[in-house]
Amino acid sequence: MAKATFVVPALRQYPQVPAVTPGTMAHSAPFVAKPEFQAPLGFPGELADDWQAQAIAKMGELLGKYRSLRVYMDSCVKCGACTDKCHYFLGTKDPKNMPVGRQDLMRGVYRRYFTLAGRIAPKLVGATDFTKEVLDDWYSYFHQCSQCRRCSVFCPYGIDTAEISMAAREIMDSIGVGQKYCNEIIGKVYTIGNNLGLPGPALRDTLEGLEEDVYDETGVKVRYPIDQVGADILLVTPSADFFAEPHVDGLIGYGKVFHEAGVSWTLSSYASEAANFGMFIGSYENMRRISLRIREEAIRLKVKRIIFGECGHAWRVAYSFLNTLAGPWDFLDSRYPVPQHICEFTYDLIQQGKLTFDKTQNDDKILTYHDSCNVARGSRMGDQPGGQFDIPRAIIKAVCNQFYDMDEDTIRKRTFCCGGGGGLLTDDLMELRVKGAQPRVEALNNVMQEKGVTHMAAICAICKSQFTKVLPYYGMEMDQIVSLHQLVSNAIVLTPREDDEDDEDDDDSQALDDDDSESVDEAA
Amino acid sequence: MSFLTGLYAFAFYFAALVLVAGLTWKVVQYARTPAPLKIPTTPAPITNSGVVLRMTREVVLFESLFRGNKWTWIFSWIFHFGLFLVTLRHLRYFMDPVPTPIAFIQPFGIYAGFAMVLGLAGLWARRFLVDRVRYISSPSDHLILGLLVLIGCSGILMSFVVHTDIVSVKAFFLGLYSFDLQPLPADPLLLLHLFLVAGLMIIFPFSKLLHAPGLFFSPTRNQVDNPRERRHLAPWAARLEQR
Repeated sequence: MAKATFVVPALRQYPQVPAVTPGTMAHSAPFVAKPEFQAPLGFPGELADDWQAQAIAKMGELLGKYRSLRVYMDSCVKCGACTDKCHYFLGTKDPKNMPVGRQDLMRGVYRRYFTLAGRIAPKLVGATDFTKEVLDDWYSYFHQCSQCRRCSVFCPYGIDTAEISMAAREIMDSIGVGQKYCNEIIGKVYTIGNNLGLPGPALRDTLEGLEEDVYDETGVKVRYPIDQVGADILLVTPSADFFAEPHVDGLIGYGKVFHEAGVSWTLSSYASEAANFGMFIGSYENMRRISLRIREEAIRLKVKRIIFGECGHAWRVAYSFLNTLAGPWDFLDSRYPVPQHICEFTYDLIQQGKLTFDKTQNDDKILTYHDSCNVARGSRMGDQPGGQFDIPRAIIKAVCNQFYDMDEDTIRKRTFCCGGGGGLLTDDLMELRVKGAQPRVEALNNVMQEKGVTHMAAICAICKSQFTKVLPYYGMEMDQIVSLHQLVSNAIVLTPREDDEDDEDDDDSQALDDDDSESVDEAA
Repeated sequence: MSFLTGLYAFAFYFAALVLVAGLTWKVVQYARTPAPLKIPTTPAPITNSGVVLRMTREVVLFESLFRGNKWTWIFSWIFHFGLFLVTLRHLRYFMDPVPTPIAFIQPFGIYAGFAMVLGLAGLWARRFLVDRVRYISSPSDHLILGLLVLIGCSGILMSFVVHTDIVSVKAFFLGLYSFDLQPLPADPLLLLHLFLVAGLMIIFPFSKLLHAPGLFFSPTRNQVDNPRERRHLAPWAARLEQR
């Protein structure tokens, strides 16, 4: 079991809503971004003397730009339906981690400066001055929201705390109070091309290694091409897929699926990141800037389709926002949705009978499936509502013999966040991550006890990294979390091609630089 | 014309003006604020008619609240449905002749007052009994509940215990349409009832009662899930593309 300096929550057979215990997480706050991490994103480096006026002006600007924020600030009636829905509240007991408690940190300021009632009678309506103490609370608690949208499922007005915490982070960024983890990573995307800061040569090196590994293991030459002009499909995947277990096993699986489909595809070293942390910090401009890299590469590589790998929030940005941010995509093949999810691609092939599986290859595992929050509540797959739940499950069932779902209250649209989403997947928030994972791990534990489940599949880089790190705190094994396409990879029966026998290098091999990737301690 | 009649006439002109102008202002504000990104809480309908159906379920059945909390759902649905019937019933005091449907619901409307107060009592009890709800309640939350309970109780008392001269009340309100002030009966219960209703109308556009129009503008509920098929672009976001 991993060592913890805090009390790891207990796993129970039946979930319990904790009694409200104020202040338990008031000490939790991520590292603040230094000026050097703020500047590339267009944010000031530190707090100015008139920060309060700046912040209120920014809030006014956002209220005019986002209908969600405007309507959600006004609409809450404090009914309490959301109060027991947030995994961070359930895991920490801190009432400011109840969705409405978190929203009220901003609503208090909104009422004070933007409503008549708050100007006249602040005490009566819970309005507060925007003091430094309030700002500190904002920084702490708006970085205890993973923007998973679970609260929005249950709110009678659809109030989405994610919208509010995104706005709060944008306001804080605009006055020079940024979060190091997110903003440093976005800077890496701008300078290097991906969150992990893996340069092109390192990517090529990795992919070549994967080709060798797969060949050694299967005797079939599966290609993992990069920067190939004229390929049909551009695959955009989280950079963790190049780097860490179990992510890389998923990438191996994508390649095998493409191989069997007989399509030409390529990765890009310039757009080597599916993740878009611009969403986490609520910055439309930064989210757009990151998205445009994909557009530029689609044009440069002359591809016809874009497919995204397994990444939760990336798929939300891709599915829901990419057309808005970086469209229109009229230069791509209009017979396919833009973009597509790798699960949609694999599922279509399964439907067409083009893939052969040996399911017994996964017989050492009994599976369950974790619906990643952003996929579940912020996107879709296929052409029917709910395809984002059914398609991944259909794939798992096609490649595994043993599958059991977790409790219905913890999956599909009611799924619990892994506890590390929304830009919180950083070691300086370890206590929050462990406690926030409690509801999900509890449901996992129950299905392990009752059904003998051994592994949990996910289609999100953040979920995979988070569980790898957090499961040991609960006495579980880090490798119990697997990539969905890792299961596909295990079971898929590969068709040898004619050239598989000769050992010559392929003709498009590139000169490899010797640069190594800079060391990265966190996969995201 | 008595002082009271003049005062209440003024109060209702003022309250009606604040209510209509305030709500119009808020609705226009909501409508004019762009929703730059597609953010329906999925799974969401993929057609316009699907969204109409989803919104109807939210407005009529409180679908999301039902998922969220059964106690809150049952109390708030009883309250709102009661309030709806009571409001319809009260239309008879503002129209002449009384339309048949309004006349038809009269008996239901009278008892709906009890449902309304019962629902409110349940909602209010939660603010004391459930620690999470107690934590998030501010004084205004209690005051609005108190206001509605008093309106309901004073109304019920007039229906069942201390009747007022309802014909004169109707004449008073019909007279307001043409600035022809008719005397208002000086019954304390009636005066209290009307005073509180005018107050409710006035605070409506400045309080959480804005949840009523707000629901219709909630992007997580009223957006169609079709971002890949249709490009969605807010005017301010389109300007970024021209740079």
